[in-house]
Amino acid sequence: MNAPNKSGWKPEMQIAESGFLGGPVTTTGNRALMLEEPLLFEIGRADVTGVDLPAVDPQAPTRLGGLARSEAIGLVGLTEPETVRHYTRLSRQNYGIDLGFFPLGSCTMKHNPRLNEKMARLPGFADIHPLQPQSTVQGALEVISQLGEWLCKLTGMPGVAMSPKAGAHGELCGILAIRAAHTARGDAREVVLVPESAHGTNPATAAFAGYRVEDIPATAEGRVDVAALKARLGPDVAGVMITNPNTCGLFEKDFREIADAVHAAGGYVYCDGANFNAIVGRVRPGDLGVDAMHINLHKTFSTPHGGGGPGSGPVVFSEALAPYAPLPFVRQDGDGAFYLVEEEHTEERGPSFGRMTAFHGQMGMFTRALTYMLSHGADGLKQVAEDAVLNANYILRSMEDILHAPFAASGPCMHEALFGDKDFGGGLSTLDVAKGLIDEGYHPMTVYFPLVVHGAMLVEPTETESKAAIDQFIAAFRAVVERALAGDEALKQAPYFAPRRRLDETGAARKPKLAFEG
Amino acid sequence: MRYLPLTDTDRADMLTKIGAASIDDLFVDVPAIAQLDGPIRDLPLHASEMAVERHMKKLAAKNLVAGDVPFFLGAGAYRHHVPASVDTIIQRGEFLTAYTPYQPEIAQGTLQMLFEFQTQVARLYGCAVANASLYDGSTACWEAVAMAARVTKRTRAVLSGALHPHYAEVVKTMAQFTGYTIGDALPSITPDPELSGLISRIDEDTACVVVQYPDILGRISDLTPIAEAAHAKGALLVVVNTEPVALGAIKSPGEMGADIVVGEGQSLGVGLQFGGPYLGLFAVRDPKHVRQMPGRLCGETTDAEGKRGFVLTLSTREQHIRREKATSNICTNSGLCALAFTVHMTLLGERGLRELAAENHRLACLAADRLAKVPGVRVLNNGFFNEFTVMLDGKPAREIVRDLADRGVLAGVSLGRLYPGVAALEQALLVAVTETTTEEDIERLAAELAASLKETV
Repeated sequence: MNAPNKSGWKPEMQIAESGFLGGPVTTTGNRALMLEEPLLFEIGRADVTGVDLPAVDPQAPTRLGGLARSEAIGLVGLTEPETVRHYTRLSRQNYGIDLGFFPLGSCTMKHNPRLNEKMARLPGFADIHPLQPQSTVQGALEVISQLGEWLCKLTGMPGVAMSPKAGAHGELCGILAIRAAHTARGDAREVVLVPESAHGTNPATAAFAGYRVEDIPATAEGRVDVAALKARLGPDVAGVMITNPNTCGLFEKDFREIADAVHAAGGYVYCDGANFNAIVGRVRPGDLGVDAMHINLHKTFSTPHGGGGPGSGPVVFSEALAPYAPLPFVRQDGDGAFYLVEEEHTEERGPSFGRMTAFHGQMGMFTRALTYMLSHGADGLKQVAEDAVLNANYILRSMEDILHAPFAASGPCMHEALFGDKDFGGGLSTLDVAKGLIDEGYHPMTVYFPLVVHGAMLVEPTETESKAAIDQFIAAFRAVVERALAGDEALKQAPYFAPRRRLDETGAARKPKLAFEG
Repeated sequence: MRYLPLTDTDRADMLTKIGAASIDDLFVDVPAIAQLDGPIRDLPLHASEMAVERHMKKLAAKNLVAGDVPFFLGAGAYRHHVPASVDTIIQRGEFLTAYTPYQPEIAQGTLQMLFEFQTQVARLYGCAVANASLYDGSTACWEAVAMAARVTKRTRAVLSGALHPHYAEVVKTMAQFTGYTIGDALPSITPDPELSGLISRIDEDTACVVVQYPDILGRISDLTPIAEAAHAKGALLVVVNTEPVALGAIKSPGEMGADIVVGEGQSLGVGLQFGGPYLGLFAVRDPKHVRQMPGRLCGETTDAEGKRGFVLTLSTREQHIRREKATSNICTNSGLCALAFTVHMTLLGERGLRELAAENHRLACLAADRLAKVPGVRVLNNGFFNEFTVMLDGKPAREIVRDLADRGVLAGVSLGRLYPGVAALEQALLVAVTETTTEEDIERLAAELAASLKETV
């Protein structure tokens, strides 16, 4: 039976064409545990459901204002066994940190403790409505309050905003507070300075908040060019956005000097806290002159990334910016009861710049992050930072003899090691190395970021890897790099063993197909 | 420390390889002023699973669980039954512990799921294209306003008075910084939405008009006249939906001419979770607007062997490529919540969604009829789906809600909570009913509401 498989595999596709897998052609296109899966819309049926509900009574009276939906919606359903199988088969085409080493620099793929998941699912947290009378959700408000207190103590900052939904939303929160603070004193500044090594979210955020963005160059050693930055400060500069540790994996050792200069020029210092995991428990950004910093709970505090979110991006603030923090926030009254300060508290809200989202923030992430903090404690978190930095330096020093490490001479790296594609032979690129690592069973490192290094490869091991796992990765990474240096043509076609070979991204963008048709 | 695999021997060996005498050598670039001499004081030290569990359970126990009492809250977050298999699937490590699918060859699970999700959302909304999700409904609403401004090159947005007040607040907060003009209003307490007032506010400078459907009072109205009025002035119609289950019973916004449809997807798969994480849905009716959309988009393509596969696409709109010229600063979406939504929607299918919607509506009609019999209670709405407004004759709804909570009934959301200080709205209570509501729950609400109204002066 050589029926075409809806997942795209066709009987005429001789597997031998790939040159590597060999073996007989299978009827299904599956290869043992490597299973193909059609689209939901190819296997689902409009009249099938996996949920038992009363049948629709067409005679039942309705009060839908004459707007009943009469046309077919176009959805399809599966029974429960089919549903579980469809998604289980899809899941097996995904790489996750549970499966193996995932050194995606700056994204911080560390182990997600399962206790976090269990605690977030307690009905007392998972099954409460954001608008219940506040007397009935005192425990939830206390979680927000406790987590905020941990964040303030860990960063040495006096204020915190809990509602931002992710890192980029936290950045926006910090920049809006800066803008509100300037506006409050009638100071219309227009420019935000961003180092060229910054995450793309930094300039996008500043622009979204109405600022003009100007780049600050990096020095040859991979840090902010302090002289250039100081020279650019002036009455039109609202502030700077600096990532520390930075995206080259280095600590900005002149951060305090930069902060003092920015403050002297009447500006504020935004620190992108994406890399806080490198220093948590060991260094407090508040001691370095930071005015606002977001913290990605899904990076430093182990909440899962879930294939692209949800994140959570609380922002800590200095005394100067804390009054402008967004609504709502949690306070405690004289009797110890927790309450939300919202729009109606005209005095307590002070000069808050307002609401950034409905409700109070990512509660499901708060419970996970608080669980993680309590598990590690102040001592464990310090060890987290130290092991993350140790692992990254170990990789840096194990690779620098064969792979271009542009800042290896700038001192120790922090939580991630940065490499470039210099000396690759045969027109091979960073992308080819990344795809080669896929065949070795790894998720590749971050590639082509930061932009300041040609063919950048940013490797972040995190603290949750064993030495054996890291040693095995180093051996594989070295082998692939050696192939790249030798100009091994075969690398251009990698990966060979993944569920898919290289995908045509140009074609996808030229004629976008963004929904199933038919 | 159970999450840290390195042993002290490992650490010593690794320091030797690095050429460092101690871990402190790796932190030499941190200035002395910021070096701490030990673990941060005033914070507890590490704790066992058991100890942490005890701490968290104590906090959880201080909350009144929605499922333990008769429960009628809505106003942008709805309590629905989530099939057991949804949570099992989203806890699979391959989904839970994956990152944004930057390496598509080993992320086809997430990508195919997102492609299916986008298709479901687009069809539900009556649109051509949906994105791979945003943070939540309120931020999606703002992104729609910002997109309308890009498309029309105008900066004025007209908000319906019956838009969720939190959503309106988010738009107004953001507009302070972008310089947009936002025209807003309070909801009028009428049995049907007042469209003429809204239409009269649309002019030649209007980028978009933003309407909620069903609206904050649960009312439903044909959006076609608003779409026509907006289009006549060159403006876009943005429709906000906070209850996707409703669209299993009532016409889609796209069918009625909405240009951008956004909403909250929390009802399916995600749960209440005290307000987050939720799921922002975002779709456009006309494919020509795709390149102005915010957020991730998943598209179909083929691999080097000709097999079908999926990738993130049109990323030249996004911050990591376009930096300050991006359509949005958004990076993370709400991937795992999108998975929960799409699994729940797959279990329902066309038939299940329609049955679910019908059951919600049946019970809501039952509740409205029962509450209308309570002395001093008047049902405001002509039309509604699963949420409606009742007027409590001369009594402040916010206090009644608190009193009913003391009586073990979570009665609904008072407009006093949503619009504090607005006298005209003080007596209004929003009551939401879903398939999880029993007829006994409705009886209990009616009885306790009658008692509370009698006793509250």
